[in-house]
Amino acid sequence: MAEKRVEVRAPLAGVFYRRPSPQDPPYVEVGDTVKKKQVLCLLETMKVFQKIKSPVDGKIIEIVAVNEDRVADNELLMVLETQ
Amino acid sequence: MYEKILVANRGEIAVRIIRACRDLGIKTVAVCSEADRQGLHVAMADQWVCLPGFKPADTYLHIERILQAARDTGSQAIHPGYGYLAENEKFAARCAEGGFFFIGPTPQNITLAGNKLAAKEKAAAAGVPVVPGAGRAVTSAAEALAIADEIGYPVMLKASAGGGGRGMRIFFDQRELKEDFPIAKAEARMAFADDTLYLEKYLENPKHIEFQVLGDKSGRVIHLGERECSVQRRYQKLLEESPSPALDETLRDKMGQAALRVALAMDYFNAGTVEFILDDKKNFYFMEINSRIQVEHPVTEMVTGIDLVKEQIRLSLGGSLAYDFGSVPKMGWAMECRINAEDPENSFLPSPGTIERYRAPGGYGVRLDTHVYQGYEIPPYYDSLLAKLITFGPDRKSVIRIMSRALREFVIEPVKTTIPLHRKILESKLFEEGNFHTGFIKMFVAEDDG
Repeated sequence: MAEKRVEVRAPLAGVFYRRPSPQDPPYVEVGDTVKKKQVLCLLETMKVFQKIKSPVDGKIIEIVAVNEDRVADNELLMVLETQ
Repeated sequence: MYEKILVANRGEIAVRIIRACRDLGIKTVAVCSEADRQGLHVAMADQWVCLPGFKPADTYLHIERILQAARDTGSQAIHPGYGYLAENEKFAARCAEGGFFFIGPTPQNITLAGNKLAAKEKAAAAGVPVVPGAGRAVTSAAEALAIADEIGYPVMLKASAGGGGRGMRIFFDQRELKEDFPIAKAEARMAFADDTLYLEKYLENPKHIEFQVLGDKSGRVIHLGERECSVQRRYQKLLEESPSPALDETLRDKMGQAALRVALAMDYFNAGTVEFILDDKKNFYFMEINSRIQVEHPVTEMVTGIDLVKEQIRLSLGGSLAYDFGSVPKMGWAMECRINAEDPENSFLPSPGTIERYRAPGGYGVRLDTHVYQGYEIPPYYDSLLAKLITFGPDRKSVIRIMSRALREFVIEPVKTTIPLHRKILESKLFEEGNFHTGFIKMFVAEDDG
């Protein structure tokens, strides 16, 4: 079965965070297997934090956005691979 | 009078301060992050300094860069607005060290006001009622349990360095309190760099009533009446009014005197707000003092005719209070709706983006304090307040009518705003009757919200 490439994009403009807090490790790394609805990262918009959850069961093949950098509406954050 | 003031803030309050300065013939310097270059405050100021980056930590919270901007532009004074560095005692002290006037209270006022437990101790010592239980820090779960047994559940565990609704947990029984005590301590340490906690009785659905105070260099303090701020969501005010429909003259007098006692006990200087909670039996308790100009200051301005920002500037230069206690004007009623870029129909999700269609309300009895305009791109890095819509009139009923009309006139599209929520609140019979408290918003939001 061919793998499908799934893109995770920012639902809103904001600031991208890979960790729950500066002291914690990142939610995910490239190569990690994730389940559907697992938290991948945080997006902060106007002081409100949103958890960005995986839309599928799969594997993280690319983390495009940079930690603590700004992202635009619909900007590509991560790429997953799913069966 | 100052020649030049630097405004260390952004958004609507920066615009507000610049306008007051303009009226007084004072030149203004705006600071902005890279994301705020199109900000209205930048366009309105006489000079502007761009602070590199977009994060508050690198810009509006960056003490060094702001002081440097003040030096480079030859400013004599700095107005911190609200939020950001307004209640940062280090900043206030650094301004003084740098030879700049800080337009606001003294560093000592800020320090005391920022220590919520110490402020309560001060108030209690001045004979002002405080919520049962508050009085000393609680250092262990065992101690917390003992105090809770004394004052009775439900209780609230609060971070002394918190305030403004932050760092608070409610407990209905012993087991939860025992379990969560260490977690609350750790959270306070992380959020405020201070894990001092204290316990007090939890009052369910009180009203939030606050008094505007002003203090001058000679130590005189007056108050300008109260503001009713019980319409809140998650401890953030949504709608405020002055006066409060819940107070009669006797209660207003008692609370006003209490506010003055707190301010005098603190040698309070410049503008500040003394907050109380009021239960359903007309008992009031001191909560905290906010050592800054507040978002909702316009409602006090409309019913007294006093421009609070101009007063702050005058007082900072050593001016005397222009009014005696008792001679402060009292004219009619005023109300304010905070219009935020949030979707009330969708969990209040923030709504950044470009304002493509904008039409401001107007007419007699309408005041609009805003930094937004048609074509403005709302940056996603700062708070969601877009505008403060203020209405005023001879009585509460007419003020509600004017506000409903103004909300209907107000067009801000396609971004989502809290305008529909405000309209619903104003249509509510309970609100019309003045019959509401801090739990009121639950009628209008999802069950797990508020």
